Amino acid sequence: MSDLLASDLITPDAGEPPLLGLASVSILKVAPLARFSFRARTASLKKAGTAFGVPLPVKPLTSETTAKRAALWMGPDEWTLLAPEEDLQAVITGIGSKLGNEPHALVDVSDRSEAVIVTGEKAAWLLNTGIFVDLSQETFPVGTVTRTLFHKAPVMIWRIGPDAFVVEAWGSFMDYVAGLLVQCAQELEAA
Amino acid sequence: MLLIYCPYCEIERAETEFRCGGEAHIARPSDPEKTTDDDWVEFLYMRSNTKGIAAERWRHIHGCGRFFNAVRDTVSDEFLKIYKTGEAKPDLEALAREAGK
Amino acid sequence: MSQPFRTEKGGRIDRAEELTFTFDGEELHGHAGDTLASALLANGVHLVGRSFKYHRPRGILTAGSEEPNALVGVYRKDDQTPNLRATQVELYDGLKAISQNRFPSLGFDVGAVNDLLSPLFPAGFYYKTFMWPKSFWDRVYEPIIRAAAGLGKPPKNPDHDSYGNLYAHCDVLIAGSGPSGLAAALAAAETGAKVILCDEQAEFGGSLLSESSATIDGKDPAVWVAEAIARLGAMDNVTLLPRTTAFGYFAHNFVALAERVTEHLADPDPRLPRERLWQVRAKEVVIAAGAIERPMVFPENDRPGILLADAGRTYLNRYGVKVGHKVLVATACDSAWQAAFDLADHGVEVVGIIDLRESPPESLVAIAAARGIRVEAGCVITSTLGRKRIKAALLGRLMTSGQVASGGQIECDALLMSGGWTPTVSLFSQSRGKVVWDAEAGAFVPGKSVQKERSTGAANGLYGLQASLADGYAAGEGAARAATGKSATITHSRTSGGEAGSGGTLGALPHDRNASRVKAFVDYQNDVTAKDVKLAVREGMQSIEHIKRYTTTGMATDQGRLSNMNALQIASGALDKPLTDVGLTTFRQPFTPTTFGLFAGVSRGDFFDPVRKTPSHDWVVAKGGLFEDVGQWKRAWYFPENGEDMHAAVERECRTVRKSVGLFDASTLGKIEVVGPDAAEFLERMYTNPWKKLAPGRCRYGLLLNDAGFITDDGVIGRLADDRFHVTTTTGGAPSVFATMEDYLQTEWPDLDVWITSTTDQYAVAAVQGPKAREVIAPFIEGIDLSAEALPHMSVREATFCGVPCRLFRISFTGELGFEINVSRRHGKMMWDTLAGEIAKHDGVAYGTEAMHVLRAEKGYIIIGQDTDGTVTPQDAGMTWAIGKKKFDFVGKRGLERPDLKAENRKQLVGLLTKDPKIKLEEGAQVTTLENPATGTPAEGHVTSSYFSPALDRSIALAIVKNGHALEGKALYVPMPEGSIPVEVTGTVFYDKEGARLDV
Repeated sequence: MSDLLASDLITPDAGEPPLLGLASVSILKVAPLARFSFRARTASLKKAGTAFGVPLPVKPLTSETTAKRAALWMGPDEWTLLAPEEDLQAVITGIGSKLGNEPHALVDVSDRSEAVIVTGEKAAWLLNTGIFVDLSQETFPVGTVTRTLFHKAPVMIWRIGPDAFVVEAWGSFMDYVAGLLVQCAQELEAA
Repeated sequence: MLLIYCPYCEIERAETEFRCGGEAHIARPSDPEKTTDDDWVEFLYMRSNTKGIAAERWRHIHGCGRFFNAVRDTVSDEFLKIYKTGEAKPDLEALAREAGK
Repeated sequence: MSQPFRTEKGGRIDRAEELTFTFDGEELHGHAGDTLASALLANGVHLVGRSFKYHRPRGILTAGSEEPNALVGVYRKDDQTPNLRATQVELYDGLKAISQNRFPSLGFDVGAVNDLLSPLFPAGFYYKTFMWPKSFWDRVYEPIIRAAAGLGKPPKNPDHDSYGNLYAHCDVLIAGSGPSGLAAALAAAETGAKVILCDEQAEFGGSLLSESSATIDGKDPAVWVAEAIARLGAMDNVTLLPRTTAFGYFAHNFVALAERVTEHLADPDPRLPRERLWQVRAKEVVIAAGAIERPMVFPENDRPGILLADAGRTYLNRYGVKVGHKVLVATACDSAWQAAFDLADHGVEVVGIIDLRESPPESLVAIAAARGIRVEAGCVITSTLGRKRIKAALLGRLMTSGQVASGGQIECDALLMSGGWTPTVSLFSQSRGKVVWDAEAGAFVPGKSVQKERSTGAANGLYGLQASLADGYAAGEGAARAATGKSATITHSRTSGGEAGSGGTLGALPHDRNASRVKAFVDYQNDVTAKDVKLAVREGMQSIEHIKRYTTTGMATDQGRLSNMNALQIASGALDKPLTDVGLTTFRQPFTPTTFGLFAGVSRGDFFDPVRKTPSHDWVVAKGGLFEDVGQWKRAWYFPENGEDMHAAVERECRTVRKSVGLFDASTLGKIEVVGPDAAEFLERMYTNPWKKLAPGRCRYGLLLNDAGFITDDGVIGRLADDRFHVTTTTGGAPSVFATMEDYLQTEWPDLDVWITSTTDQYAVAAVQGPKAREVIAPFIEGIDLSAEALPHMSVREATFCGVPCRLFRISFTGELGFEINVSRRHGKMMWDTLAGEIAKHDGVAYGTEAMHVLRAEKGYIIIGQDTDGTVTPQDAGMTWAIGKKKFDFVGKRGLERPDLKAENRKQLVGLLTKDPKIKLEEGAQVTTLENPATGTPAEGHVTSSYFSPALDRSIALAIVKNGHALEGKALYVPMPEGSIPVEVTGTVFYDKEGARLDV
């Protein structure tokens, strides 16, 4: 998956068997990550980006990534920051010391969500069985990230490759989301 | 299912991502203690319930989470203007005229 | 193997593939490419059903989705699906179909007595008959109506099929693939626009598939269709959806399509969905829904063997089926003549063409003469004979006087009729567009577009092949340009033949019979006759909407596509108002009947709604614990041991918590992290309590009101740092509290430097409660001093649990020494298993929500939404202690000052103790001052919480009672069917009133 965004960060959980492994689409659990909700006013963004290691995107629904960092635009004053699990404390310290007294909020939400990677030529089709966002590459290019709904569950989807998406949901919704993704993919086996 | 433009995400999304927050531009009195009972009741409960051009609050609850305001024709569901929270209330009559209502 | 009405050759069926099917148990044969209707007709079967009200024998009338008569049940696996239109059911080998609304058999139906009794069932029969006495409404009338209602029988078993869903976006959605729809698709696709083309039929092409007298680009129209579809199919930007009905046009160009994925297969792969709901957002929509033929309203126009002329032509040309051997054609327009000619050319004896018009076009008359077909102009049908199949028709000649003179009888075994054409404006109407009357077309056609759509071809009142194609190209190109700004040069196809015809009629036709004795049907499925419409007008119905509901015309599954225009004309005549002033009823979604399964989609069974589980879930299952649904959450309810019932289990759990220790999963509580320099200021404004002076490391109970002053939520809030709070909410209130906070933050106080983040799913929470709680957690907690001095009640610390970071609250919802440990959700199972193992060593128990409720009630702690109902203020609940008196403002502060909220006689929360300690009150039971109040006496209040308290060894209850606080010590009553229960009003704290047990 080296051609995908943040390939050293978003990695399949080695300890978990694939949730789905069809020729046209597969679903893999993502290994644990350090996740943060970062909130601040515009004046503090530059410093925060420097401290985190990747600039915080200001263009709606976009992401900025390096191999081990990802900053995802969630709202005009809200970002999801992703880093390797072992960097949790370093990120807190780094941003905290850089911003000092500048008003901001950094909250550890590492375990609030779970994520799966949906890859394959039918990945967008599969997501569209429950997500009403237009996932064509013209309107949802690689790097696009958004919160939306998958059937009845709130999710975040992030396109990390032409045929690859990260789907995140709050932990207690993941059984529903992953279960339905697998169920909706069943018909692909038939044809 | 309406298609609603979020002025923060700068994109149209389906209505299910949004919650309507009722009539817009009803400010909570800044000094409640000095507000009369009648004015407080007005603030709490009285809404114009317009049939036609109305300014409403919407929240992109399953998107960026932001509140914004929208002028909608409640009969045709057509959105005439969408603007961010804090921006002044547009002239609804002028908007209606422009739209040929 | 014989199919006596099959043509020698022709049609689009696969004659090499013979299929076997049964209808009402009789084995019949057809071919691949047949519909059930065409296969039945090939076998000479016209009688396929009984009508709804009069149980009259009915035959196949149409060849399309508007079919009102041929509704059948089709078996799929072990159950049957009722009310499928035989004209849409594709034949497959082994198909098993049954007729409906008949007993004991289709041929002999006892319900047919209704036909003889029909004078007793006029329009509005139900309204007139089932009026009184009132006591009959639910015991007599409803069962009768229900037993008689409906045509097919509902399936008996749960639906074991699956149903798919797909959201799609496109530039141009085209509904319908006749000449104009196909042309539109070709034109739009050529521009590069993303195109979805759908058609309700199995094959694309619409009317082109049965066109015999025209060519396109010198080719047979069907060949042209095949080439067009091949070209479209090869384009990446085109999605072709056959067997897909655009059934709903909603706001902002949101169109719902129903795709029949496996319905037509004999042995579908079970992994495939039966149907798929496409939820399409189209930038532009092209409605190419075509037009349908109108029946003629003459007496006994409903006999089996009577079909629409175009249906007869479709069965012949597309399916290779002759509707009869001796066919009579009755018409008011040109198009039916072509049906007669096609039949004659296939060797069918056409016994006559009866045209309403005095002088039909001479060209047609000449062609008929060349084929030796008898033509009767200026004539109508005045009667038909033959009960289960038409045998003959009586002719009437229109006189200049307006009278009708008898014109003799013509033997026939089928009658094709055409009253002209009605554009299918259903989708346009659903898009909220208003139709306008086109006098030239003699039809309502789409008016101004309200949404981004355009109607084209026959749906727009435009007929003739060349005109339809040209209009389609223009519509497709225009739609693509509007959607994408791009255009392309399209080579238009050239046609020959297929010119538009003229003629048509509306309303009931004249006849020479006793008007009160004949039945000339307007709406076949609902058995509405011309007489019924006139009666409705006589009885005072003025609006077409009232006439529709009074007579049920237009309320059948075709929504009046066949009947509306005729009904309108009859009403117009009876009202003596121009047709355009009577108005047309609105077509609504769905276009054709749509299954519940399609709408439910994946939302059934385990996936009906998200099921949210906590980290202790598997442990609870393993222990045999039961779950309670709290919103979407599964919470452990109680843990029965050794065959205990609920009461015994809860009592044991409660006693153990008070005696030693209990473990409770509190993960579902809402959690919100409030961070920023203005965090305390924000909470100060949101909650009733003061927060600014709360020291880091301490907690406080917070009470949340709405601005009206009523309690909406509560929870414990811990201050982690000057600028960071950990807020808890009720389980059910979590989303609404978060949304309310965001609302105030974003729209009232955007200047505050504070942000809120939901952390509900970030933390797993274990509550350890009871005298031994400290001993239980001590071995695992590192980094802090757990002693009462260092960690007093209402404290919070960051520490580690088994080496994992945790937030440790010393709080209690039981009145006992208690701790709530928050660890990352990932470690929740480890924490639970560790603590569960430890409590066992201290004679402790895991307890569920039921014991939790009892324990908190013993302490008088309220449950929002159980002891409050949205009308309870802090004063009412006896919680004025929670209000920061010196605060400038908080949400609800001003509301509490309103006169009504300070008035006397408000209902207040009190405790109730029954005189007999063994009696447990019913929650929701009314509370009265009199022991046996007269019926109609208003209650003083009601019981909100009621339990048996193990600690007090008696029942306890909370109640909302008028002026309750002043009634302490007084006697009240709770009247029940078994007798009134005397109770005493008390305070709300039943156990450890001093709170000594907390402070250890």
